[in-house]
Amino acid sequence: MSRILSSSIARKVAMALSALFLIIFLLIHLTVNITSLFSKDVFNELSHFMGTNFLVQFLMQPILIFGVVFHFVMGFVLELRNKRARTVKYVKYNGAANASWMSRNMAVSGGVILAFLVLHFIDFWFPEMNYKYIEVLPEDPTRYFEELQHKFTNPLRVGAYVIAFVLLALHLLHGFQSAFQSIGLNKYTNCVKSLGKIYAVAIPAGFIIIALFHYFNH
Amino acid sequence: MNLTLKIWRQKGPQDKGRMVEYKVTDISEHMSFLEMMDVLNESLVAKDEEPIAFDHDCREGICGMCSLQINGEAHGPDRGITTCQLHMRMFKDGDTIYIEPFRANAFPVIKDLVVDRMAFERIQQAGGYISVNTSGNTQDANSIPISKHNADLSMDAASCIGCGACVASCKNSSAMLFVAAKVSQFALLPQGKVEAKDRVKNMVFQMDLEGFGNCTNTGACEIECPKGISIENIARLNREYLAATI
Repeated sequence: MSRILSSSIARKVAMALSALFLIIFLLIHLTVNITSLFSKDVFNELSHFMGTNFLVQFLMQPILIFGVVFHFVMGFVLELRNKRARTVKYVKYNGAANASWMSRNMAVSGGVILAFLVLHFIDFWFPEMNYKYIEVLPEDPTRYFEELQHKFTNPLRVGAYVIAFVLLALHLLHGFQSAFQSIGLNKYTNCVKSLGKIYAVAIPAGFIIIALFHYFNH
Repeated sequence: MNLTLKIWRQKGPQDKGRMVEYKVTDISEHMSFLEMMDVLNESLVAKDEEPIAFDHDCREGICGMCSLQINGEAHGPDRGITTCQLHMRMFKDGDTIYIEPFRANAFPVIKDLVVDRMAFERIQQAGGYISVNTSGNTQDANSIPISKHNADLSMDAASCIGCGACVASCKNSSAMLFVAAKVSQFALLPQGKVEAKDRVKNMVFQMDLEGFGNCTNTGACEIECPKGISIENIARLNREYLAATI
């Protein structure tokens, strides 16, 4: 069994499953956040639900954090192992001739996204954990919209978010269809590739629009 | 045409190796790349210098023996061909051409541009066959109905010549396209299904043991494969492996 679990294919399938999980999470995250463009009350209501619901907080959130950590750790472990498979490099290597920049630089885009996540956690997750579980402040269901808007008053932060989401788009352009390929669903390649391109552009674009909207409307 | 060649020279497996520059003149655009290498070697022999070692055999794109990473691409800049089918008309007068061995720790350099690709043989020996003796008691293959679609896909996979361009092209030095082709050619046929589970598990285990990298679906292998083996075979390999292990 350990021979199977440590095999290259088991690793890539595990990587793909964690990616598909994060792809679904991003869609849910955007669905909640996009409401902030249209209705302060709906956004507050949804955020309050996500922030106080027992299942979301104590089942889905730990699974999400595990999924994020697993995806990053596994990604960088695989990158290091792959580099060890060719210790003498080519003097001339024309990678652009046969593979996209995105597919060749998943560790680079992944690294930028990781740096963004640290910033994102400092901005939202740590203050939220502090509010609820350390200082145990009284729950205010109307605080979420102001907190969101306040974060996007700094142009440097907005710029960092935009750059991170561009890199996320590049990461997803390869990662979405790659995840399906890894779990063996090639029968739907054209459909998956098209869906992947739409998803890879639409989701990060949605987050960029949210950041810019609140920056120009605070 | 006149060309500058930067060629990897390495005396043996333990030698560190280095790029050495050579000039060749009056090269015909109709020559194959290996004929150009022959011309260079003859000039080296005439000067009492050590000729450059490189692999070749049939020179018809069938045997999978020739290799070479040319200007950063396995089998050079053309598509759907091996190095022996690459013609000098793909280059321009005055070009500088980088010629290196296929690089992967699983393909150690023996000398100059010659690499040891026995790792592929060991993967084949781990399961790339059907254990039926041709004793005369076996069923006639033509009496077993096989759909045209599967027969074509199997034949496409079986066209892999095991040259190693997939490994050389892959940024991770992954051999997954090779293994996928060898698994697929049997997995698609009823004759191969009997041992399908053991085959895929043993071949993947041997592939990992040889120290190849992990596939990240860049698709470089499919582009550089002289036989156009599709990465759809890798998805099939993944399915076969999952079905065999879950």
